[in-house]
Amino acid sequence: MRLSHIATLGVKELRSLLRDPILLVLIIYSFTFAIYAAATAMPETLSRASIAIVDEDRSPVAQRIIDAFQPPYFLPPAMITQSEMDERMDDGRDTFAVDIPPHFQRDLLAGRQPAIQLNVDATRMSQAFTGSGYIQSIISEEIVAFLQRYRAVDVPAIGLALRARFNPVLEEAWFGAVMEVINQITMLSIVLAGAALIREREHGTIEHLLVMPVTPFEIMTAKVWAMALVVLVATAVAMTVVVQGALGVPIQGSVPLFLAGAAVHVFATTAMGIFLGTVARSMPQFALLLILVLLPLEMLSGGTTPRESMPTLVQVVMEAAPTTHFVLLAQGILYRGAGFDVVWPHFAALAAIGAALFGFALARFRATIGQMA
Amino acid sequence: MTAPIARLEGVGLRYGRTVALDDVALDIPAGVMAGLIGPDGVGKSSLLALVSGARAVQAGRVTVLGGSMADARHRDAVGPRIAYMPQGLGKNLYPTLSVFENIDFFGRLFSQDRAEREQRIADLVAATGLAPFVDRPAGKLSGGMKQKLSLCCALIHDPELLILDEPTTGVDPLSRRQFWELIGRIRAERPGMSVLVATAYMEEAARFDWLAAMDGGRVLATGAPTELLAQTGTETLEAAFIALLPEAKRAGHEAVHRPPFASPDGEAPAIEARGLTMRFGDFTAVDHVSFRIRRGEIFGFLGSNGCGKTTTMKMLTGLLPASEGEAFLFGAPVDATNLDTRRRVGYMSQAFSLYTELTVRQNLVLHAKLFGLPASAIPDRVQAMADRFGLSAIMDTLPDALPLGQRQRLSLAVAMIHGPEMLILDEPTSGVDPIARDEFWRILIELSRRDRVTIFISTHFMNEAERCDRISLMHAGRVLISDTPAAIVAQSGAATLEEAFIHHLEEAAGPVTAPAPAPVATVAPGHASRRGFDLRRLLSYSRREALELRRDPVRATLALLGSMILMIIMGYGISLDVENLTFAVLDRDQTTTSQDYALNIAGSRYFLERPPITDHADLDRRMEAGEISLAIEIPPGFGRDVARGRAVEVGAWIDGAMPSRAQTIRGYVQAMHQQWVTQRAERNANASAVTPFSIEIRYRYNPDVRSLVAMVPAVIPILLMLIPAMLTALSVVREKELGSIVNFYVTPVTRLEFLMGKQLPYLLLGMLNYLLLVGLALTLFGVPLKGSFWALTAATALYLCASTALGLLASTFLRSQVAATFGTAVMTILPAVQFSGVINPVSSLEGIGALIGHIYPTAHYVTIARGTFSKSLGFADLQPSFLPLLIAGPLLIAVSAMLLRKQER
Repeated sequence: MRLSHIATLGVKELRSLLRDPILLVLIIYSFTFAIYAAATAMPETLSRASIAIVDEDRSPVAQRIIDAFQPPYFLPPAMITQSEMDERMDDGRDTFAVDIPPHFQRDLLAGRQPAIQLNVDATRMSQAFTGSGYIQSIISEEIVAFLQRYRAVDVPAIGLALRARFNPVLEEAWFGAVMEVINQITMLSIVLAGAALIREREHGTIEHLLVMPVTPFEIMTAKVWAMALVVLVATAVAMTVVVQGALGVPIQGSVPLFLAGAAVHVFATTAMGIFLGTVARSMPQFALLLILVLLPLEMLSGGTTPRESMPTLVQVVMEAAPTTHFVLLAQGILYRGAGFDVVWPHFAALAAIGAALFGFALARFRATIGQMA
Repeated sequence: MTAPIARLEGVGLRYGRTVALDDVALDIPAGVMAGLIGPDGVGKSSLLALVSGARAVQAGRVTVLGGSMADARHRDAVGPRIAYMPQGLGKNLYPTLSVFENIDFFGRLFSQDRAEREQRIADLVAATGLAPFVDRPAGKLSGGMKQKLSLCCALIHDPELLILDEPTTGVDPLSRRQFWELIGRIRAERPGMSVLVATAYMEEAARFDWLAAMDGGRVLATGAPTELLAQTGTETLEAAFIALLPEAKRAGHEAVHRPPFASPDGEAPAIEARGLTMRFGDFTAVDHVSFRIRRGEIFGFLGSNGCGKTTTMKMLTGLLPASEGEAFLFGAPVDATNLDTRRRVGYMSQAFSLYTELTVRQNLVLHAKLFGLPASAIPDRVQAMADRFGLSAIMDTLPDALPLGQRQRLSLAVAMIHGPEMLILDEPTSGVDPIARDEFWRILIELSRRDRVTIFISTHFMNEAERCDRISLMHAGRVLISDTPAAIVAQSGAATLEEAFIHHLEEAAGPVTAPAPAPVATVAPGHASRRGFDLRRLLSYSRREALELRRDPVRATLALLGSMILMIIMGYGISLDVENLTFAVLDRDQTTTSQDYALNIAGSRYFLERPPITDHADLDRRMEAGEISLAIEIPPGFGRDVARGRAVEVGAWIDGAMPSRAQTIRGYVQAMHQQWVTQRAERNANASAVTPFSIEIRYRYNPDVRSLVAMVPAVIPILLMLIPAMLTALSVVREKELGSIVNFYVTPVTRLEFLMGKQLPYLLLGMLNYLLLVGLALTLFGVPLKGSFWALTAATALYLCASTALGLLASTFLRSQVAATFGTAVMTILPAVQFSGVINPVSSLEGIGALIGHIYPTAHYVTIARGTFSKSLGFADLQPSFLPLLIAGPLLIAVSAMLLRKQER
């Protein structure tokens, strides 16, 4: 192994990439517009939820409840009749439908404990839970406030002070922006490394490398560092210009530490890209393989949905995926302001996974390199 | 002479900045065998592509069969009267399809009915001698057979004008001779047919009726071969061609002279092969090849494409490990891991395989560095190479912008950069013009004689073989004979080396089975193929695509199995019920009341308790590390205050790093707190705490609020968007990359037929995929399909129409398979996953996301999938969602058809 070879070959990779306008456009798109769009389009957890109200009481208290549903959490409520309710929920036009029964106010004041019905479209899981919680507390507040004008109501003496740390108003864009950066890092590092190998194979240049005094290790390491560098530079730009700049996400922790983590992550994913490049016989196969690998890596990493909610088996299997650790590491550093003393286990895990993937890919590369030429 | 079959006036053609044709004016006579001669890259192929209508006319006027080829109506009308066989062995064939299926595909494109097709195919394969091989895949034919098959495909519709672009390049001499005999017979059968051929073999061209010599995008001279010879006063066509070249190009050209080879006896051979054998599966590519090459010798390997020349060379360089036998370089066995041997060998592969993204200088420097030349010596060495190989003027140019001859010199310079003792050159001169070739050979001879570099070279040019010290004739993996060229000619009693080679080939093939001279029957000309929309042509493309898909099981299996694996991963993985959340308590009270409060949370299925928090620093650290997502702080005196009914506040800290999870935790904590307070009040029999009203929540469609029930019907639409779109896009772009797209350019198939024909098999594959996914949902996931299966199936068909059409749309502007993979991924993943209501309802999206969510087909299909799976709905209920799906597919296809070009530009 000679470092000079690795450096020379890596510079060659960078020069090749510079002359590939399609890949360049893709890199720029992925690290700017794609992140911006994904972050801004991601609504607040409960945002503009569609709600319909069947008001069979038409009393002041009913009106009070209706007026309480306001944007941004809810769209202005649609006033409907009971017969329309089923149809509208079937079409998916409403996620929630509140039914205020006849004589609600009269029964309420008489202490007969009337019931308001809340219908929830439980196929929309993300809104169903939080939304029904909001609706319950809004209705309760309004009714309690209404009742207080008539008689003393026992307000619970035991309060609950809820505070969200690291993201006090729970803004989704903060979360979405960084998770999108992570997804793009993973995708591009796999694709660039895989494409760099397949391009050599298609142009027949790999054959040329093989008759020269360079080893497969040098060829592979050169591709890994060159593509990793490209992804890291793009990431640094995306973090400062797009995430902190255009999106205005306040970053708690150290961006350099995050980039260091990204470097270890990209080491693992570029190795994975090379591995896929050796497995795929043609570009269509590489494309399909990419989807098969990329989607689980991104969706099950904990970057889309909480890891706690996945079956134990999935959680255990995903411990071996670099993305899982990278997401944990990124969340720790960027949101919670954690330092290296806190996140080092994830660094260690990423390095171990990267080393294993690299070794595996290298073995596979060595074994198949003869057939490529 | 009758009117010319094709007339070009002031025709120019550029690719970017490169000029391919420069103000060409030419009349090509009808009813004869007309040839374009000249090396690669002089504009022959461009000219043929223009005449055939495959490429759009940029400047000037191209008149073929009495009309302008710039006029789309005329092109459509005369298209069926022209046949075009593009350059490259079997370029327009489909390698996985059999001989019969290939010809059959073309027959269908020309709307021939079954009986007509079968009769024509039978005649054609009988005439070309392919009859015994009709079931063999085209990819497994030899070069000569591929070209015969290409010819069959071109002749299936009785063209008036047959255009052949270098039909015999890379084919062995025997097959070449048979090919021209075949053309001769066909012309005898159909005297009216005009044939236009481009060729780089001057010997061949000497037999044509009329020639146009081309160079640098211009026509040098036209006329019968004898006229050209007379005009230049030369004896061979090659010499005539050189004489016709402009003065500047001829400058410095002189005939190649080879001093005799002399080697000191007793020296160890530079290369030795003993019984070298290479098998790929049950196919033997190289069969017990042995030879010895002395130091400084020029040793030639002569044979057709695919005879094992390249494989033998690769074994010698260590690129391929031999299955059997041994090879020695400089007396040491070839060992792929021995990097030192590599330093003594220079290798030049068949295709130009340097980095086209690097300039000439960068390529030279890169190789110098990799061969470990000391950094200080590199600039001098690079300069020396540039001077010796005449590259000084073009050092900062990209290889793509250079003519072939210069690129080959660059390849040789790169192979020589480290001063190797041996050069292995795999067909270094194919396609290079005669002058550049002679120049190349002068360098080789100088290297051999002056520097004593051993040269092992393969070629299929006979006149080059004659320049070698010794040659081996190779055929079908075996060396037929190995000796000096003169001895081979003398031994077989032939007049030329070519005849000697044919003689040996015939001997090797056993008794010559000359193709039965079956008359190429002229079937009653079929009905003129219809213009406009023709279902048969559409189905012809579908049939072919389906066959290819079936022969490529990897792709089909990945598409089906892959989507099922993904569904399992996503169905189980994306669960939105949040459970097992970690929390810890900072209990500053330590009374039974405070413990009861903590127990209330720990006892729920949502939370897992971690060891208690000791102080605020501990709380900060553990939250930072993400160890706990909820911290509860119970103030001192909590139990006492509660008992006395004094106001007291419990603190709860939620990890907000993941907002959706934080929201859920907040909901849980609020509910549990409320529950605890109520329970306490009831236990204390405090009547006033009884709530004055109640809210009844009905979770509809999914009463248990299970994630699977919500997610599985939403995952199906994502998968049915992604995979069909990508496969369809790749299927079109692949044809562009491999070259078979030319069949679409030159046959009567319309844009719509082509697109829908390609789409259909993927639509069916998608439906199969859909059934598998629904089956998986019902069985493995246990998600019941409560509504109308037929409504869902109908919607799926419409949806797949749209997703495959989206793939087609992407394929109209994407050129490479890499770009197609990416482009379709970008166009499908983000909109389908984020903006189509899979996780957040479309109605709650804003901005671009909302716009995409309203028009993207996935959004509407998700509504239908959830409606039928969970909401027990049918056609009538889902009408509003069907309408957009109904529009999307046809609209996308129409747009694709508008964007797709029927000609290359």
